[in-house]
Amino acid sequence: MASTFFNNKARAAAASSNSKPKVTDNKEQNRLAPWVEKYRPKTLDDVAAQDHTTKVLQRTLQASNLPHMLFYGPPGTGKTSTILALAKSLFGPALYRSRILELNASDERGIGIRSGCRIPRPIPVPAVQDHYLDEADSMTQDAQSALRRTMETYSRITRFCLVCNYVTRIIEPLASRCSKFRFKSLDNAAAGVRLQDIANAENLKLEDGVTDTLIRVAEGDLRRAITYLQSAARLAGTSGLAEKSSDGDEEMADAGAPGPGIITVRTIEEIAGVVPESILDDLMQAMQPKSSGSSYGAVSKVVTDLVADGWSATQLISQLYRRVVFNEAIPDIQKNKIVMAFSEMDKRLVDGSDEHLSVLDLTLRISGIMSGTKA
Amino acid sequence: MALLVDKLRPRSLESLSYHPELSDRLRSLAQSGDFPHLLVYGPSGAGKKTRIIATLKELYGPGVEKIKIDARVFQTTSNRKLEFNIVSSVYHLEITPADVGNYDRVVVQELLKEVAQTQQVDLAAKQRFKVVVINEADYLTRDAQAALRRTMEKYSPNLRLILLANSTSNIIAPIRSRTLLVRVAAPTENEICSVLRTAAKREGWTEAEGLNQRIAKESGRNLRRALLMLEAIYAQNEKVTDKTPIPPPDWEALIAVVANEILEDRSPARLLQVRSRLYDLLTHCIPPTTVLKVLTFKLVEKVDDALKPEVIKWSAFYEHRIKQGSKVIFHLEAFVAKFMRIFESYLMGMGFDF
Repeated sequence: MASTFFNNKARAAAASSNSKPKVTDNKEQNRLAPWVEKYRPKTLDDVAAQDHTTKVLQRTLQASNLPHMLFYGPPGTGKTSTILALAKSLFGPALYRSRILELNASDERGIGIRSGCRIPRPIPVPAVQDHYLDEADSMTQDAQSALRRTMETYSRITRFCLVCNYVTRIIEPLASRCSKFRFKSLDNAAAGVRLQDIANAENLKLEDGVTDTLIRVAEGDLRRAITYLQSAARLAGTSGLAEKSSDGDEEMADAGAPGPGIITVRTIEEIAGVVPESILDDLMQAMQPKSSGSSYGAVSKVVTDLVADGWSATQLISQLYRRVVFNEAIPDIQKNKIVMAFSEMDKRLVDGSDEHLSVLDLTLRISGIMSGTKA
Repeated sequence: MALLVDKLRPRSLESLSYHPELSDRLRSLAQSGDFPHLLVYGPSGAGKKTRIIATLKELYGPGVEKIKIDARVFQTTSNRKLEFNIVSSVYHLEITPADVGNYDRVVVQELLKEVAQTQQVDLAAKQRFKVVVINEADYLTRDAQAALRRTMEKYSPNLRLILLANSTSNIIAPIRSRTLLVRVAAPTENEICSVLRTAAKREGWTEAEGLNQRIAKESGRNLRRALLMLEAIYAQNEKVTDKTPIPPPDWEALIAVVANEILEDRSPARLLQVRSRLYDLLTHCIPPTTVLKVLTFKLVEKVDDALKPEVIKWSAFYEHRIKQGSKVIFHLEAFVAKFMRIFESYLMGMGFDF
């Protein structure tokens, strides 16, 4: 993710510097850039919904005494954006690229130790250099141990920023050398505002409730929400830039013309692979204990159709899970058993079991538990 | 003479008969010039491949239909040589990396890098990128998928990927979030019927509406299977009416025999007999999952309602074991034994709390 950031930006910058003769090229580049990169926050103030962290960082920026940092939090909450924005305001937009070394731990899988040792080699520059390690939690224990002494040795000229999802995977000595910043899951309001901004900037027509749906299916991951939005925009056949630049580029104007260009809730759900509520309703209905006989016939019919329609089993069980767990009508003791069934099924699906059989088994088990046959 | 399935395969997006809204989407994507990576998923026989070929034609014009088959040799780190078949045209490549099993990462990395680093030479080409179609993407190992992830970002100006899969469950999340998901649902029975009708008309066969409906039902919403069945029926019978029986594939007939044998008699001797039949099926390259699934559904039909959830439960359990284990016959046999046990104790009025 992050290395394309540099590529795209670098190219965009290069294109804009010798701008005039190559307008179309630049435009092309811009049009194809993922919106995630295009709308990355430029300054610390732009970073959405991480007030506490940004405030602290602003203050350290003024004091110009930067500690080593450890950013952790769920994906898509702005960790990478924050460090890049910070570097930009620290070094200025022209210089920051040469002053920051970005390492993505999953770049070179398996040889984590080497990458750990290689980091401190760069020539001592008489200014603070920033090293930023993405996905630090996928570094091996050894690589992390290798890092800890080097962090201290070079502390005069470098600062490290470790970015990770799970703080528990970072070894204790390393964590204690950094000041930690927790990135919390984005709250819906902030994410909504951000998505609306992008939609406005791209001239998208959104149906009511689209932003809510986006936030719901993305589960607090803003990057995912933006990616979905972009895919939806492509499908709707309208791209904001295509409309704006319709004067020069016929082909693009053509592409913008045919589709109605309105993004609907259904489109978003289809892109995200979300199973429609109506199907889940049918399934829940079929699983309800019957007064006479077993629910096998009803359940197996719904499941067969589900599988034939190609819905993903993992998606289905996560949605079904939410339905069941938040259903007040099911007694707690039954929920306990149902959740056990869910856990087993998830493992099976990950192991590559047949989806039809697994889903059928799961639903029949839930149905059995709900009817109380297995006390 | 080509099979009906190949002969009547639609070649362009316009001639696709069902899911019109999906075809429209694919067309607008192909025309927009901003073609994303695609992940196409759906059950088999739903028309994933057909749609993709049609989309490629929309992207590049008729040039994509001139295909050739190359055999390439790759070398693994342990100096093993792998032979690998590539179907390609000037504009696209089609690979099935799952063919080489655990070494799929090597193939994916080397091949894609090679494709990605060469730009489109043909200036007359409509698109600047090449398309690589990856079949059976859900059988790719984790390593191979992780390798794809970097390639997709790095070489996106020169390369677009289209992944074909039966389900998204086995595709890692980073790949899913980088691709546009396209779900191809299986055709409904009515849609299959109408396709069968046009096929029969095109071939000049007598029409039998009742037969078409039965085929549609029997095929389990799998269009390819339905067409093959139709062809088989017309090949085997002089005169076709609504009542003409649909011949099941011989392996399915054999499984039906097995199911009946299991139900008739539950004893170790019978188990031994069933075992040899199962071996027979396996040596004819019927996938164990298919054997187990068909057997289960044949058994479930014939047992009491109260027993059905239990049978499904154990079937799913042993299916999982098959995927995890290495010796398939053990698990198939264990399932049969388990079923005999459940069925017997049910008949004798005992609970199955073991």
